[in-house]
Amino acid sequence: MSDATPPAVITAAEVTHLAGLARIALRPDEIEHLAGELTQIVDAVARVRRVATPDVPATSHPLPLVNVLRDDVVGAVLTPEQVLAGAPAAQDGRFRVPAILGEEQ
Amino acid sequence: MAGEAELVRLTAAQLAERLDRREVSSVEAVRAHLDRIASVDPDVHAYLHVAGERALQQAEHVDRDRAEGRAASPLAGVPVAIKDVLCTLDMPSTAGSRILEGWVPPYDATPVARLRSAGLVPLGKTNMDEFAMGSSTEHSAYGPTRNPWDLTRIPGGSGGGSAAAVAAFEAPVALGSDTGGSIRQPAAVTGTVGVKPTYGGVSRYGSIALASSLDQVGPVSRTVLDAALIHDVIGGHDPHDATSLEEDWPSFAAAAREGAAAGSFEGLRIGVVHQLDGAGFQAGVRQRFGEALKRMAERGAEVVEVQAPNFEYALAAYYLILPAEASSNLARFDAVRYGLRVDPGDVTVEQMTALSREAGFGPEVKRRIILGTYALSAGYYDAYYGSAQQVRTLVQRDFDACFAQADVLVSPSAPTTAFPLGEKLADPMAMYLNDITTIPANLAGVPGLGMPIGLAPEDGLPVGLQLMSPAREDARLYRVAAALEAVLEAEWGGPLLDRAPALGLHGAGGTIRSTPGTAPAPGAGTEPDGGTA
Amino acid sequence: MAAPNATDVLLDYDEALAKYEPVLGFEVHVELSTATKMFSAAPNPAAGDDPAAPNTAVAPVDMGLPGSLPVVNAEAVRYSISLGLALGCSIAESCRFARKNYFYPDLGKNYQISQYDEPIAFEGSVEVELEDGTLFQVPIERAHMEEDAGKLTHMGGATGRIHGADAALVDYNRAGVPLVEIVTKPIFGAEHLAPQLAKAYVATIRDIVRSLGISRARMERGNLRCDANVSLRPRGETRLGTRTETKNVNSLRSVERAVRYEIQRQAAILEAGGSIVQETRHWHEDTGTTSAGRPKSDADDYRYFPEPDLLPIRPSAELVQQLRAALPESPTQFRRRLQADYGFTDSEFRDILNANVLVELEETVGAGAAPAQARKWWLGEILRIANARGVEPGSLVSPLHVSELIALVETGELTDRLARQVLEGVVAGEGSPEHVVKARGLAVVSDDSALLAAIDQALGEQPDVLQKIRDGKVQAAGAVIGAVMKAMRGQADAARVRELVLERANA
Repeated sequence: MSDATPPAVITAAEVTHLAGLARIALRPDEIEHLAGELTQIVDAVARVRRVATPDVPATSHPLPLVNVLRDDVVGAVLTPEQVLAGAPAAQDGRFRVPAILGEEQ
Repeated sequence: MAGEAELVRLTAAQLAERLDRREVSSVEAVRAHLDRIASVDPDVHAYLHVAGERALQQAEHVDRDRAEGRAASPLAGVPVAIKDVLCTLDMPSTAGSRILEGWVPPYDATPVARLRSAGLVPLGKTNMDEFAMGSSTEHSAYGPTRNPWDLTRIPGGSGGGSAAAVAAFEAPVALGSDTGGSIRQPAAVTGTVGVKPTYGGVSRYGSIALASSLDQVGPVSRTVLDAALIHDVIGGHDPHDATSLEEDWPSFAAAAREGAAAGSFEGLRIGVVHQLDGAGFQAGVRQRFGEALKRMAERGAEVVEVQAPNFEYALAAYYLILPAEASSNLARFDAVRYGLRVDPGDVTVEQMTALSREAGFGPEVKRRIILGTYALSAGYYDAYYGSAQQVRTLVQRDFDACFAQADVLVSPSAPTTAFPLGEKLADPMAMYLNDITTIPANLAGVPGLGMPIGLAPEDGLPVGLQLMSPAREDARLYRVAAALEAVLEAEWGGPLLDRAPALGLHGAGGTIRSTPGTAPAPGAGTEPDGGTA
Repeated sequence: MAAPNATDVLLDYDEALAKYEPVLGFEVHVELSTATKMFSAAPNPAAGDDPAAPNTAVAPVDMGLPGSLPVVNAEAVRYSISLGLALGCSIAESCRFARKNYFYPDLGKNYQISQYDEPIAFEGSVEVELEDGTLFQVPIERAHMEEDAGKLTHMGGATGRIHGADAALVDYNRAGVPLVEIVTKPIFGAEHLAPQLAKAYVATIRDIVRSLGISRARMERGNLRCDANVSLRPRGETRLGTRTETKNVNSLRSVERAVRYEIQRQAAILEAGGSIVQETRHWHEDTGTTSAGRPKSDADDYRYFPEPDLLPIRPSAELVQQLRAALPESPTQFRRRLQADYGFTDSEFRDILNANVLVELEETVGAGAAPAQARKWWLGEILRIANARGVEPGSLVSPLHVSELIALVETGELTDRLARQVLEGVVAGEGSPEHVVKARGLAVVSDDSALLAAIDQALGEQPDVLQKIRDGKVQAAGAVIGAVMKAMRGQADAARVRELVLERANA
């Protein structure tokens, strides 16, 4: 969460990187197009920085509630059929996915 | 017994009375609406899914209960349309996205469950911009909804389907969700009523999240009273939503009835937000807005101008907070547990997910996910997301200052009347500007109500007024809105929707398209509230 | 598949220590044993004994169904505060949850609800006792609440490991299990005892959470998981070296070995003029080596932001005070007290600590066994089996069952030898000792008539024995006793058999 000054232009390379983080296989034409659009949008929204002086606290929830907690009492669970009802692929009561290349987090 | 054509024009309150007196059955009411849907929805396309037989079965059940003296509530048997963003056990819930095509959730959203418990009968699921991202319903993966006032124009968004459904008499009432205006802006451009409750007033459980800190489910209707009746049913604390308020809410229907009966604004301080009274708004919008203020002032309201200088930054803050939260909320659509999977074989799970998201999301969703990912990414958090959260504080402070001077705040609900389909699709920033008046309420969590105040002289299309009150003071909105509605309808000689053009009816033979040319051209003399300054 | 770097060059440990100072850091994940999950009312598998069938303990939010929402488990918050206090931490006046965004199939929402800038507990210190009795203070940076992920099973490929698999299966039972992650500050000064400190630190955390009763803390079950950070810096250098993070270290013994291995591996690289890559490494129990995982990269841009579905938590001063007052003694105090109470010598006690069976021993005594007997079993047969299998003794059998076993020997229902067979059955999962005794038919034959019949038969086969005994050659009885025990298939009390044989001879 550093306070780097963001660049004025969002490049295709940056969109490619963001698409990787967001796991969307954008086509090259989409990447080009989005780079232009995002530059324009970011330029417009960057104005928030003008009034966001350090003395202003951040608000993450519109209404300031605290300590909303649940008692530790077991409730309903989904049936295995419900869990798997929408599964694109399943095997042995579990979801089946293609092999994983990356490492476990 | 009333004819079907008459049945669908009844408000929910009127229909409830007739059901209660057993002058009409729920089966008849539901069938009338299903027939109406069959005849006009091919043009309007308000629905993504129609419950059909299942709705009739549920209506039968309600009729039987009532016959046995066990009506679940005064609204039991009234049909209702559900925005597709809300999970429903017995109907697909797609949020307008290809990625969720055909997905049937294993639970009802809390507001839906409460409607069912009260005996209301879901007619179907209404169209929306994909994941509620949009102001025109053109971003639905299943094709746009058309504005019943002019089928070449947008019905607003994201909840264009719910608004069009009630405007086209395909449902008396509906549920919507409002993240930045998705209930109030469609209400404005379709001449209907829509309410975004206080954040936390209605449970978000089972509402497919767009931006968690902004989303709020609310009623869509043709009258203020109907909105209040639905709000009474769906509102209140829900332990499944940690942000749900534990309030003892007053009856909003009672507040609406009080307001309508009083028909006066004596002692009410109305604050006109200078920053939302925009130059650049359509002339007819400004004109009707001015006239509505005048009506209220004539009947005792004190109209004051109030300043909310930071509202100028609200749109920018919104288009950082929303994409940021959405980029995270929509990460779950990864083709692992549900939804569309694109698997060409011989790919890793990472590639499978990326290909599925590429195929399953539309351009606006991708745009906002990438924007949100950017706003949260390392190095830029403080500059973008952090700053936007600070602006949120400033907007709240502005509201506090305004509410110190006024009991309710008013603005036009939208800068323009309904614009032609396709007009703003290629220009995201122009589309985003549609929500300029509605966004501040979402940032601050305060309630907002949109209602019709006439037709713009230049195009004969509906204009909406937005009322806002302090958080938890939703009842105040219903009181004031019902009073204004009574005044305006008395002046118009009936509801504004009576002026809407008849929709082409689809018989067994084929389609009769309604075109702009067939709608009666608005003339100044016949305009509701027209030119009588 | 062999570890890809089975050919890692290692520097001699003493040489490595002579040239480099090891700096350690640990991230320990503790699965809490609350009845329900962190954010849903689904039953918490980490509280139970038996693994549930796949996807049978799943609520909508655990698998990230659209529209589902999390709600915080109040008990998990209390457990976390207690743990924070036991770690000597300050408890935050206000803390909040944040979303850690990354895609992985075992993460239903593709973000983990964790704590980032405002953890519930911070700035503490844990006293760790090394084998020689040295006390070492491990500085704690923070302890924060989060949720566990589901479980992946890799299909196909040679070994079921991630590499070479052609598919994976996902089970979300574990998704949403409440976790506390305990993060240390860099730990300096352990020097050649670094591996031992690593083991002792994790053991101490285990003892703390057990004594608090907030986790089952079974490392082999993943209730307690350790990521060990190791870096080296040349003697005299003040800047920290590049660190590696070794994951998948699932026993106390492995923690010690993994740290030692990393010290030797890194030292060899530095000695050869190379540099350390900042990366995740995976510990391989079978080969005793680590292998390179994913290097730290842009993919670690987790895009944290405050969780909008959850509100901040402000523990009241009263609650914190109440939990503080209820804290049990520290592991060090606990050990001192037990040694005194049980009357063990320093050397006896050290054996217990080294075998990591103190808590088990205490619970066994708590269940009614004599301390000496409890020690005999835990350090004897149980430890032998554990060593043979390379697991922790505590993972084999419960203290309650050990106590029952001891009671059966005390009452004479089992001989030591039979009891060892019963233990085998208990370890094999055949049930409680009583159950195994019945099922395997292992009770001592205490019916004298059956014994006498066997004795008479044996005497008949060895007619000279009686005369020898009468002649005073009592040791001749041994042959008969052996025959009787054989005939009874061991299920007789040898002492009683001897008595009866002598009675017969002198009758």
